[in-house]
Amino acid sequence: MVDTTPATAVQHADPAATPRLHDVELTINGQTHHLSIEPNVVLLDALRERLGLTGAKKGCDHGQCGACTVLVDGRSMNSCLMLASMADGCDITTVEGLAKPDGTLHPVQQAFLEHDAYQCGYCTAGQMMSATAILNDPSIERTDASIKDAMSGNICRCGAYKNIHDAIKTADARLNGGE
Amino acid sequence: MRTFELTRPTAIGDALEHHGARDAFIGGGTNLIDLVKLGVMRPEQVVDINGLGLDDIETLDDGRVSIGARVSNADLARDDRIMRDYPVLSQALLSGASTSLRNMATTAGNVMQRTRCPYFRDTAMPCNKRSPGSGCSALTGINRNHAVLGGSEACIAVHPSDMCVAMAAIGGTVVLEGRKGQREVPFADFHLLPERHPEKEHDLHDDEMITHVILDAPQAGAASNYLKLRDRASYEFALASCAAILTLDGDTVSSVRLALGGVATKPWRALDAEAALVGMEATTDSFEHAAVLAFQGAVPQSGNAFKVTLGQQAIVRSLRDAARALKAQGDRS
Repeated sequence: MVDTTPATAVQHADPAATPRLHDVELTINGQTHHLSIEPNVVLLDALRERLGLTGAKKGCDHGQCGACTVLVDGRSMNSCLMLASMADGCDITTVEGLAKPDGTLHPVQQAFLEHDAYQCGYCTAGQMMSATAILNDPSIERTDASIKDAMSGNICRCGAYKNIHDAIKTADARLNGGE
Repeated sequence: MRTFELTRPTAIGDALEHHGARDAFIGGGTNLIDLVKLGVMRPEQVVDINGLGLDDIETLDDGRVSIGARVSNADLARDDRIMRDYPVLSQALLSGASTSLRNMATTAGNVMQRTRCPYFRDTAMPCNKRSPGSGCSALTGINRNHAVLGGSEACIAVHPSDMCVAMAAIGGTVVLEGRKGQREVPFADFHLLPERHPEKEHDLHDDEMITHVILDAPQAGAASNYLKLRDRASYEFALASCAAILTLDGDTVSSVRLALGGVATKPWRALDAEAALVGMEATTDSFEHAAVLAFQGAVPQSGNAFKVTLGQQAIVRSLRDAARALKAQGDRS
């Protein structure tokens, strides 16, 4: 049965009016930031435009390419589809937070460097963030097929997939045993 | 992206009070934010459900399993109970989207997922679903990915979800909370056929929200299988998919559930095929006969006649794999 009674109980804001700003606290790479932002700002834009963290890239802006991947509470997410206001109170890691403060590269970064796992480099930050999350996730099998499947949301238009895959295998050996 | 107000309630009652006909609920946002950026969805207010709890997976006293609206696709797929008792659901979830999208996307959001029809997603093109009465561009346009089952003269957009196909096979209900109270809609009835009103996609009132999906109790002794056929091996929507849940008595089919994805306008239960299989020997011949019945009413378009054959083969392979698994279990015991 379809309810045909109009939902009139809700008072709608004038869409032309400026929406109410939201006060948001984000912990990014261990540092706390307070922002007052419009509700339609996505996390990617907050990082890049408001906080100067331009490591996460805007590729497709629709969750199809993975260039914007960051870790939110340890899990990889597409920051282009997440409202920054909804990340309030979350712990966010971007590619700028992977290396140690003294500049020592994270094993994933080091392996990407050694394997030349990029060409133009635009997708690289997203690739490394996804790889970092996958290597921290024991539920993902360490077979070639399941690593490729788990990484399939990160598109590389230069086609550096083979070296990216090799880099992840090397980083896995260093992080999780072997080699 | 166009502007909207954002509300972040902490109680279901408040969420319902804040939500009106021109508003949208947001869980993970993977579908909504994409469509707002495209201008396809234009909510005046977005109501965030992430303060409402609704993140538990719980076995009920009657053996059914209740899944909270906010449970992420990743958590649902990796839940021990789901992997053990509903492997077809876990497989379907893991075959969909990408790791990052599954981390964000929620159960209720996946149930409410909109079609990937390129004409629906392009505001410059006529589309009866997005803009009622404007016409269907797919009927005379590029329709390789469109539906062959459940379409109408108004719309042939395919339902994109894998999760919902597994849920259609398992059976269950969608639990809705509204200002007038709670109700449960059978999963099979929640998604509507397009008919003359493709803009109306769900049995859901403007003042209601999904709080849970409840799965029917798992079937003892069943083997299940989700087979997804697509243009590339990962991160792609189905051209045809089949969720099969099968039990055998010796070599005879004692029960079967079949649901199809990628070929229909809603998660599609193949009831005629199921009825024809019960009591038959579990052979490739019976499976092929059932597969033909499943597509008996199919209406192929100019670019997707292949989906009839592909869908039939998905059914046959899915059933054959489930039957093999059962026979292997029988041989071991």
